[in-house]
Amino acid sequence: MEQHTKLSKQEIKQKVDELLNNYLEMDLLRFTTAGSVDDGKSTMIGRLLYDTKAIFQDQLDAVERASIRRGEEQINLALITDGLKAEREQGITIDVAYRYFHTPKRKFIIADTPGHVQYTRNMVTGASTANLAIILIDARNGVVEQTLRHSYIASLLQIKHIIVTVNKMDLVNYDQQVYEKIKKDYENISQKLEVPDIRFIPISALKGDNVVEKSQNMPWYDGPTLLWLLENINITSDLNLKDPRFPVQYVVRPMNDEWHDYRGYAGRLASGVFHVGDEVMILPSGLTTKITSIHLSDRQLDYAFAPQSVTMTVADDIDISRGNMIVPVDNLPQQSNEVEMKICWFNQRPLQTKGRYILRHTTTEMLAMITDIIYKLDINTLEKNFEDKQIKMNDIARIKVRTAQPLFFDPYRVNRQTGAVILIDESTNETVAAGMIE
Amino acid sequence: MAEKIDNLENLGQHRLNHLRELEAEAIFVIRETAAQFDNPALLFSGGKDSIVLFHLARKAFYPGRVPFPLLHIDTGHNFQETLEFRDYLVDKYGVKLLVGYVEDTIKEGKAKEDTGYYGTRNAIQSITLLDMIEKYKIDAALGGARRDEEKARAKERFFSHRDIFGQWDPKNQRPELWNLFNGRKHLGEHFRVFPLSNWTELDVWLYIYLEQIELPSLYFTHRRKVFNRDGVWLAWAPFMRLKPDEKVEERDVRCRTIGDIPTTGLTLSMASTVEEIVYEVATTNTTERGMRFDDKVSETSMEDRKREGYF
Repeated sequence: MEQHTKLSKQEIKQKVDELLNNYLEMDLLRFTTAGSVDDGKSTMIGRLLYDTKAIFQDQLDAVERASIRRGEEQINLALITDGLKAEREQGITIDVAYRYFHTPKRKFIIADTPGHVQYTRNMVTGASTANLAIILIDARNGVVEQTLRHSYIASLLQIKHIIVTVNKMDLVNYDQQVYEKIKKDYENISQKLEVPDIRFIPISALKGDNVVEKSQNMPWYDGPTLLWLLENINITSDLNLKDPRFPVQYVVRPMNDEWHDYRGYAGRLASGVFHVGDEVMILPSGLTTKITSIHLSDRQLDYAFAPQSVTMTVADDIDISRGNMIVPVDNLPQQSNEVEMKICWFNQRPLQTKGRYILRHTTTEMLAMITDIIYKLDINTLEKNFEDKQIKMNDIARIKVRTAQPLFFDPYRVNRQTGAVILIDESTNETVAAGMIE
Repeated sequence: MAEKIDNLENLGQHRLNHLRELEAEAIFVIRETAAQFDNPALLFSGGKDSIVLFHLARKAFYPGRVPFPLLHIDTGHNFQETLEFRDYLVDKYGVKLLVGYVEDTIKEGKAKEDTGYYGTRNAIQSITLLDMIEKYKIDAALGGARRDEEKARAKERFFSHRDIFGQWDPKNQRPELWNLFNGRKHLGEHFRVFPLSNWTELDVWLYIYLEQIELPSLYFTHRRKVFNRDGVWLAWAPFMRLKPDEKVEERDVRCRTIGDIPTTGLTLSMASTVEEIVYEVATTNTTERGMRFDDKVSETSMEDRKREGYF
């Protein structure tokens, strides 16, 4: 740390305080990336990491060594994102990998998901926590079957922002016509989607055009670069702050002299805002009480908002336990023993109609039975098939589920936390499906 | 600075900044572990990540106590400062401590120690750990590992399943969606849980600064007997075998990451406060694991060790 010795302690403290203040003003954007094999996804991520200086010298050295070993002329940025042995051997991505970088504006978490058909479940997984999806299209191939599949999944999981990057523009001579045609084709298919915010950028991840630096090769494009969009897209309204929902996760009972009668309800707000003094109902009991305190460790708060993890106390001595949900008396979720949901099936073993599964929803678990398959979706055409009831791995379907206890939920479209479930196989304990309640 | 720190909403009303969002996520995962498992334990190495993890666990259950013990795997080659700090924390917060000794594993003949120049007890730790997990019937081991540390770790789940042999199967992991964590398992299987998955090294250091978390003295500059091996500064200790051309000298060093003595590369540094460390971390151009001898064995050494039950 040579530069280190040149600064006085005071100067360093000042710089670090500035850094911390800046850091405390950054928000978090989670995004997922999807493209077909060879669309250049790894190169694009490598480029983002490289150009934002998220790659350290020793990592770069390793990538350089690996590139030379493979007989490549320049550093292969795609190798930055290589993970498991098999992935390196086969040159593909097998599992969701998470990457991190930041700029002075935002911190980013990338869920890097594989593009192969058989790994749809990984894309669903990556998309479940994402604010935004980048869909890659190879400029030479245009919109393909997988483009629709990936876009549909983003839409199904209620991702509000899609950036379509038309990649490998260098291989089509940076031709505006090619880009415009792809944009038009995509706009046609996107009418079937529920994504309010779709943007397009012509890029070359390999050459660096419009990823972080503005391209000199495409003067006809006057839009922002990919990084600029990632830094500036407004995600404030993505979170549901209207419907307060507090699934109780854990009951804190210190049972010592100092905190003799204390009972705190710990959890993470799924959505909305709660204030001290709010009149609330406990579900499923239906009993009502008032919030007397909200705290984050020893810090008392006047109110809490999603996605904070806090602990609450209430005025009355009533039975509240894990799996209960605290909601305002004037804004209740829906309640039912029978719900319809769209699912993505994850398991080798096909869905068993009338089969029993464990359903996990917020902090509660209950037995559930799949009573009916309404339709299966052809993910390449988005047509509903009401005849074929065989739901296999990577299939998407709409089903009816009956639960052993009433479910307190909001439609997934309105609330990504209280509208989501997973299904678990009782015998293998595997997560077999992701469900989004209608 | 104090004003901003105390304000949870620097970004305007009802907007959490990313550090507080990571804190909320980690607390959620820790509580979920306590709720879903019968017998969790927190893997405590004495390093900053496990110290931050313990700090978050205290926050998660306040004003109650942390409802699970700390589990430390002692290679027998630890820095004395690490052990002292561990005992200090245990004493201060009244938490239970379990210690597994690699020495016992070697004595029991379950592992053979490599006593060559590059021999460490690093890999044997996995055996000791799995023995402890079995002995105390631990069904979830919370660890401070982060996905940004290493490429095999980038593929980890928050709730990471281990089979009856303690093995990780990276190609066949359970999908993990939203924040619905599936901790169901068969008898004899267990989980590793990583609440800090989404934190980066800089996040951890800024959080330590923000929350004023206490750390072992090893992280700060001190004069120590060291020697240079293949470009890495290692601490000298009686059990460290020197090559003929290596010589012991005194230097001002600090740890950027803490393992045991044979695996921990030291940084030449005069940083004596957390803010000076943050400054170093923010301006450095090497990864922290670049300082670790245990990762230098091969390109996939972390993946190989993890498959066998490593942290």
